[in-house]
Amino acid sequence: MLDLLKQPWPWYISGAAIAAIMVLLLYFGKSFGFSSNLRTICSMVGTGKKVSFFDFDWRAQKWNLLFLVGSVLGGLIAATLLKNDAPLKLASATVADLKAIGVKFDGQLNPAQLFGAHSLSFKNIVILLSGGLLVGFGSRYAGGCTSGHAISGLSNLQFPSLLAVIGFFAGGLIMTHFLLPLILSI
Amino acid sequence: MKGLRFIIAGVIFGIIMTKSEAVSWYRIQEMFRFQSFHMYGIICTAVVLGALAVYLIKKFHVKDSLDNPIVFTDKEKTRANYIIGGLIFGLGWALTGACPGPMFVNIGYGYVSFIIVVIGALAGTFLYGLFRRKLPH
Repeated sequence: MLDLLKQPWPWYISGAAIAAIMVLLLYFGKSFGFSSNLRTICSMVGTGKKVSFFDFDWRAQKWNLLFLVGSVLGGLIAATLLKNDAPLKLASATVADLKAIGVKFDGQLNPAQLFGAHSLSFKNIVILLSGGLLVGFGSRYAGGCTSGHAISGLSNLQFPSLLAVIGFFAGGLIMTHFLLPLILSI
Repeated sequence: MKGLRFIIAGVIFGIIMTKSEAVSWYRIQEMFRFQSFHMYGIICTAVVLGALAVYLIKKFHVKDSLDNPIVFTDKEKTRANYIIGGLIFGLGWALTGACPGPMFVNIGYGYVSFIIVVIGALAGTFLYGLFRRKLPH
């Protein structure tokens, strides 16, 4: 069983498991949406006194912060108990494309070149910080992220969520095909 | 402890995100280059099964664990914020390879540099709150 769990999971198992998490949270009387945690954390540290958007009872969102803590632990368990040492099976076309823009495929989940603790150059810090900034700003502006819109919203056939998901993909395509090669070549 | 079930749900979510490799920057690049079905398969399976579950919950008026009816709130009928906000989100998603959930999962996995991504995301959320009234929605 453990050996089976250690393998990378096929897409249909993963997709079904994500739907199951959404249903589980609905059964707990909550709705699946991760990015609202970012707003909750902003509120927790007292920004509500200055900015009305953060002036709400963040304690009602404590369950979602616990979900966040769990997800960090889940990552830790996956890296230890359920670790699989085989290299990621990335499409060879992607390996070649990334090589052409100067990113080496090292078989891990994320390129050490960008995310390794030893490669925290000034440039990498700027990339990570600004990437996070875009995700944080964009998800709040759009009223949700991949979990809130692409999973919860689309499952509830919400047209606004479809607009947001189209936006997610348009932005992703612009970054991948036009901006990333430029950013990496600086 | 009443909150334990949410921690457990989060643990399962973190494991799913890692074992499905949805937390991988490489997989997100592969998706935006249309070079594999993997990520599309995950999202499509989740949405199709999710939609079926939501349909059944509504049809049979399923109650939650506290015996309250499960209610779904409709998203606001604005347009601009979904498209512009979505676009901005997408730029960051492809750059860092992470949406808000996977950022935290990656930290747990041992990629401590994702703490910087999270700091950026918190700053971005704060900036949105600060300028919200000046933005088109």
